[in-house]
Amino acid sequence: MLSKRIIACLDVRDGKLAKSVKFVDTKDIGDPVEKAKQYYADHLDELVFYDITASSEKRGIMLDVVEAVAAQIFIPFSVGGGVREVADATRLRLAGAEKVNVNTAAVQDPDLIARCSEAIGAQSTVLSMDVLRSGETASGYEIVIHGGRTRTGIDALEWALRAERLGAGEIVVNSIDADGTREGYELTLTRLIADAVRVPVIASGGAGKPEHLYDVLTEGHADAALVASMVHYGHYTVPELKQYLAGRGVKVRL
Amino acid sequence: MITIVDYNAGNLRSVKRACDAVGIDAVFTPDPERVARADRLIFPGVGHAKTAMDTLVKTGLADAVRHVVARGVPVLGICVGAQLVLESSEEGPTPGLGFLPGHTRLLRVNDPRLKVPHMGWNAVRVEQRHPLLDHLQAGDELYFVHSYYLDPSEPQHLFATTEHGQRFCCALGRDNLFATQFHPEKSGKLGLELLTRFARWSGTPC
Repeated sequence: MLSKRIIACLDVRDGKLAKSVKFVDTKDIGDPVEKAKQYYADHLDELVFYDITASSEKRGIMLDVVEAVAAQIFIPFSVGGGVREVADATRLRLAGAEKVNVNTAAVQDPDLIARCSEAIGAQSTVLSMDVLRSGETASGYEIVIHGGRTRTGIDALEWALRAERLGAGEIVVNSIDADGTREGYELTLTRLIADAVRVPVIASGGAGKPEHLYDVLTEGHADAALVASMVHYGHYTVPELKQYLAGRGVKVRL
Repeated sequence: MITIVDYNAGNLRSVKRACDAVGIDAVFTPDPERVARADRLIFPGVGHAKTAMDTLVKTGLADAVRHVVARGVPVLGICVGAQLVLESSEEGPTPGLGFLPGHTRLLRVNDPRLKVPHMGWNAVRVEQRHPLLDHLQAGDELYFVHSYYLDPSEPQHLFATTEHGQRFCCALGRDNLFATQFHPEKSGKLGLELLTRFARWSGTPC
């Protein structure tokens, strides 16, 4: 039986760690390579880097960070941010990322998912979607882009299904409403998507306490839970989270 | 020295990096002649089985790998590299290299809560002792990502299983050939230990 995965997400800006609250007020909190090594030693299941570097000139730094991390950690490792073309995805793959996340560019050019899937495989093509509660769409959830700043009118459920058809091998569901609140994942949204698609779903946004992980991995039907500030700031360690989940009967890799 | 077959398989560099991390001397090469001369070979693979097989045949690497296996030196197949060890794969479909009898089949799960691809960490159960698996204990988990599974015809070729909707083979081998569906290069310390063992392995199954 597959274990539920705990995935740590590191927001990297100009090669340094940053953590956002509701996608604004980012501040640096250290060296991503050191953080990655610590999590690897702690039996983290998977790592995600999001490059939130604003300027494209500085994007090269990210490739160096990816290479440095890939040389030291031997668990799956996923990278996103600024992927607009297959060439971006291929470069990240060569630098050492197993998986490449597409987000805004895929909304603007859905065929990007198909092209990435063809070039690097569905197992390496991850759709990351930022979602806002909305009265404008049938499912009650709407896709937002540009790091949460721009509404699109696209129904989140329809987008997830379409991305799966186009060849996404995994979907990250990030709730903008919950992001940074530390009040828990958006369970209804996560479950809606997880039940609709056949590919694994990673819940993102809102984790503050171990109970939140339990809730989203059981009631929310997520295959994996993304954590950020709750482990970056040392409130909890990865082993503590896993022990907690195991104690409540969730299968995790200890 | 380990030679890694370079045929554009996605995990090639990850395998090389994992070897580097544990001090194993490894090089990758797309040159069939260098592959054919290898004294220890890793045959990696990620992606589509038919695409991989077509590339191997077209480049002459299929014959080179066949030659290495026949020479009796240690060979380790990983993921699609393991699937192609069998006679055929339903992905494509495509013939495989046919080193072992059996087929690679689409993983079908009836439980709607189980996802395909089978992606993540899963417990590996050792069914038959092997020098490359001797460090594993009951319940140890390794990293998988695949939608097709190994189905060897002969029980003596099956060394480990895992379960996702059904129990299936995740490590097979015979003589100097060993192959895993899971990814040792992405399975943390347990995976690195398997690679270390491979670097020292005599090429006999016990």
